[in-house]
Amino acid sequence: MPNVRSTAETELVQLLTPEGERVEHPGYPLDDNADIEGMYRDMVLVRRIDTEAIALQRQGELGLWASLLGQEAAQIGSGRALSAKDMAFPSYREHGVAWTRGLDPMRLLELFRGVNNGTWDPEEHKFHLYTIVIGDQTLHATGYAMGIQRDGTEDEAVIVYFGDGATSQGDVSEAFAWSSVFNAPVVFFCQNNQWAISAPQERQSRAPLYLRSSGFGFPGIRVDGNDVLACYAVTKKALAAARDGQGPTLIEAFTYRMGAHTTTDDPTRYRLSSELETWRLRDPIERVRAYLARSGQAGAAFFAQVEAEAEELGARIREGCRRLPDPAPLDLFEHVYATPNSIVDAERDLYTAYLASFEGEGAAR
Amino acid sequence: MTTLTLSKAINAGLRRALEADSKVMIMGEDVGKLGGVFRVTDGLQKDFGENRVIDTPLAESGIIGTAIGLALRGYRPVCEIQFDGFVFPATDQIVSQLAKMRYRSRGKISLPVVIRIPFGGGIGAVEHHSESPEAYFAHTAGLRVVACADAADAYSMIQLAIASDDPVIFFEPKRRYWDKGEVDTTAPLDAATPLDRARVVLPGTDVTLLCYGPLVRTCVEAAMAASSPAPGAGPRSIEVIDLRSLSPVDMATITDSVQRTGRCVIAHEAPVYLGLGAEIAARVTEACFYHLESPVLRVGGFATPYPPSRLEEHYLPDLDRILDAVDRTFAY
Repeated sequence: MPNVRSTAETELVQLLTPEGERVEHPGYPLDDNADIEGMYRDMVLVRRIDTEAIALQRQGELGLWASLLGQEAAQIGSGRALSAKDMAFPSYREHGVAWTRGLDPMRLLELFRGVNNGTWDPEEHKFHLYTIVIGDQTLHATGYAMGIQRDGTEDEAVIVYFGDGATSQGDVSEAFAWSSVFNAPVVFFCQNNQWAISAPQERQSRAPLYLRSSGFGFPGIRVDGNDVLACYAVTKKALAAARDGQGPTLIEAFTYRMGAHTTTDDPTRYRLSSELETWRLRDPIERVRAYLARSGQAGAAFFAQVEAEAEELGARIREGCRRLPDPAPLDLFEHVYATPNSIVDAERDLYTAYLASFEGEGAAR
Repeated sequence: MTTLTLSKAINAGLRRALEADSKVMIMGEDVGKLGGVFRVTDGLQKDFGENRVIDTPLAESGIIGTAIGLALRGYRPVCEIQFDGFVFPATDQIVSQLAKMRYRSRGKISLPVVIRIPFGGGIGAVEHHSESPEAYFAHTAGLRVVACADAADAYSMIQLAIASDDPVIFFEPKRRYWDKGEVDTTAPLDAATPLDRARVVLPGTDVTLLCYGPLVRTCVEAAMAASSPAPGAGPRSIEVIDLRSLSPVDMATITDSVQRTGRCVIAHEAPVYLGLGAEIAARVTEACFYHLESPVLRVGGFATPYPPSRLEEHYLPDLDRILDAVDRTFAY
């Protein structure tokens, strides 16, 4: 057996059990600002976005969708821990974090429909564009955090999202090294959803992932990634430490990818359905619902209202997606460079003339 | 006018950029205290501080990846890759991120990052220290790729590269670092030749010789030799053009020349196969077909890895191999 601490022996920060029982953790008290009803609402709504997007892909309206099913707590909890000034660097599955940054889900659908590659203004939402190459964004986040240091501001931090598979990428290790030696204000939020397409976490690392940071000289913590309260509290503390000049923290949110890697994937080829059933009992939304209902903080009216909101959002997404116009053909030549480029300009001219040669034939090209 | 080596001229250009814009930064391996292994950044950390001239960890992908993050934050990083053969660990960040983020964001993001790379052979180095990887980057849309050839031009080109809102791969001919030239360090930057233009280094009438980086000097020497040849051979008037910009290539200047001379030879240290010369030859053929007296010829490195240094004189195009190619264009 590998000479490392096993998962069973590692500490997992938890503030809400899968059964919906509130538990305390001495290191991570839940602050008074924690809006548990708001977290529940967010999680229900982003799950609805996810459900609709998968359906739209099945109908041919989206080219692809990367489902966040099962990871709602990790994303809503951490996203809600950010201050308005904090900057988030996502991978491509952070639809829940996007939601907490006020990004219209239609912007995400545009990307997965192939209308564009993601065109929101990163500074407006403090949410960078999706990064598809695994792990690249960890270095961007680290550099951005170094910029914050140079600007001399003390009320800003950076969070970067990546998965268990990304921890095998060299860039992630480089980001760990850089952020550590420069003491950069960045939080590494690793959603360990147990699967990198078909590769289990054991194929990425013999040691638990949250221990990775210790070799780089900064703290790592494992949190129940299906516990929105714990994700919120742990992230909030790590961000505060970053703003306070204490440098980076690695958070491993221990969660599970309930769905396929993307809509092109077939997880039945590589994992057992019993595993899925085990994790279904740890559902991130159900435990909050149970807690809110049992503690009397929310009643039937609240749950019905959230459900109605989800219905409305679902309808807006369905209709909005189908109405998204295709870009104009010549758009493909735009924004390659900041200034006119003779090679691109010449090709645009040639293709414009080529398209014009079909004018009058009646068929839209 | 000041007499400066090419490396000192780049140093002076970097210094001026650091003075002009507080967002300009320098980062790379050994660029601070040591001043870079070629001393191009000598003295800059002492004068501008460790926050602006950063000695980085030894990780090329980290240099470019964090430079992207700094640029997203509004900084203008100038990164040094220590040697041409060490850029490949950073290729993903350059090709997948740096080059594409403007396009991805439909113009909302600018990444004004300069990547300085000493390139080319001729210094008797060990493996990975003598390569010419420019074609990889010129093949990637979203990057501007340039190569300087002499002190005066290097001084303004590095400043123009830093001022560019596009990422620029800035190739420096390492074996010419110690070549001296007259540099006007008081000239305004807007008077400099724009970054995307080629320049006629030596006018001529019989054949156009295209080159860049370290081979500009070699080609000028070849042209001088050809103008007063050995007894028995007629003099040839070679027009030498320094491409300066490798992406985009300044086809207007090239076409104008070849339509006058009717012949074209392209020289570079990089392998001929699928090198810059291949693209230029195709474009010259399209643009100058009825003016050409002979096929466009290429002379350059072989389709081998860069050889051990005791063989590099055979690999690198020298004056004789360049003139041999010129002679062959007159044999049709």
